[in-house]
Amino acid sequence: MVTTAWDVAAAVPDPEIPVLDIAEMGILRSVVVDETGHVIVTITPTYSGCPAMKAIETTIVDELKRAGFGDVDVRTQLAPAWTTDWMTDDARRKLEREGIAPPARSGSQDDILCPRCASPDTDLISPFGSTACKSLMVCSSCGEPFHHFKTL
Amino acid sequence: MTVISRDTLFAYVLRHGDDCLILSQRLGDLISRAPELEEDIALANIALDILGIGRLLLQYAGELEAEERSEDDLAFGRTEREFTNLLLVETPNGDFAHTMVRQYLFDAYQDLLWNRLVDSSDETIAGIAGKARKESRYHLRHSRSWVVRLGDGTAESNRRMQQALESVWRFTGEMFIDDEIDRAAAEAGFGVLPSSLSDAWNHEVTTTIETATLSRPDDSSIRTGGRDGRHSESIGPLLAEMQHMYRSFPGASW
Ligand SMILES: [Zn+2]
Repeated sequence: MVTTAWDVAAAVPDPEIPVLDIAEMGILRSVVVDETGHVIVTITPTYSGCPAMKAIETTIVDELKRAGFGDVDVRTQLAPAWTTDWMTDDARRKLEREGIAPPARSGSQDDILCPRCASPDTDLISPFGSTACKSLMVCSSCGEPFHHFKTL
Repeated sequence: MTVISRDTLFAYVLRHGDDCLILSQRLGDLISRAPELEEDIALANIALDILGIGRLLLQYAGELEAEERSEDDLAFGRTEREFTNLLLVETPNGDFAHTMVRQYLFDAYQDLLWNRLVDSSDETIAGIAGKARKESRYHLRHSRSWVVRLGDGTAESNRRMQQALESVWRFTGEMFIDDEIDRAAAEAGFGVLPSSLSDAWNHEVTTTIETATLSRPDDSSIRTGGRDGRHSESIGPLLAEMQHMYRSFPGASW
């Protein structure tokens, strides 16, 4: 039962980056089903003002109810604070395929590579992009602008 | 926990929530009005981050109260005198120089504040601060770079930055004044004394002002009152706009 409820919750996509689900994003922290069938899902917000969090919460409840779980609570846990280090390797590869440079592992001094031509010759255009989690960059080798998932 | 410390905790959480709420409302006003597209997006993002932290603080404040007001009740249901934000955050946006100087001086303060509050004895405050400091670092880097870029820019941008600095400076002293609530909060271990942030703030700000080829205004006049609910006249229209829907259509939803 626990695995099933986890699987259902884990499959909920991140509304702002729909190629990733909330488990790959590291947003989903735990799913507990007690003996009465009551499900408690714990999530951690990415950015504090992220408007996607409310949508994620609603979708988790809807999907679990659709899967037959009647009684669902979604709890938000702030500490420890979400970090991009919780994103899975799979998530990083998917981001890259979408043209979004994945976040650096914290402490790493590696260059941010262009997701198109893999050139390390990239520059920041703006630290703030179309969503809270992304900054805007440009590649000096191929000349294309791209999003970088900010390291948090 | 005694009744008195719970009231203090409420007031402490509320004042920091109010700072965030009022500043985010000011910044929200600039959406579609920033000088360039990237900056429009940046200011909207920063406003959203700050609003997010403000919401967490107001939600928590509401839980601490006997009446258990919701974040919306606290944001939209209180009168001017009940807001305890710093005067700095309610100052009007003015020109872009003014907006950025205000932002920088406040970011420098808040970044220090969150970095201290992560060690709060109150788990919720520590959790919110842990989240907030990851974002305030980005905000500070952004506003600092604008202060340097415009201060050390053209003669005109330098003149306007200096003017903005002179006009906002009198509101910065209030950030570092300890009142009864702060002292009780620091003593109980869940808060920090604002005065203890002053040295680090001065170091940060003085360095940036020098790099930006601006001059630091003198500290002779300090305006206070925000923490006691005594505000400048500019907060009236801000609250009227922010609270209009909630008050005109109580309980409305969509
Ligand atoms: Zn490239």
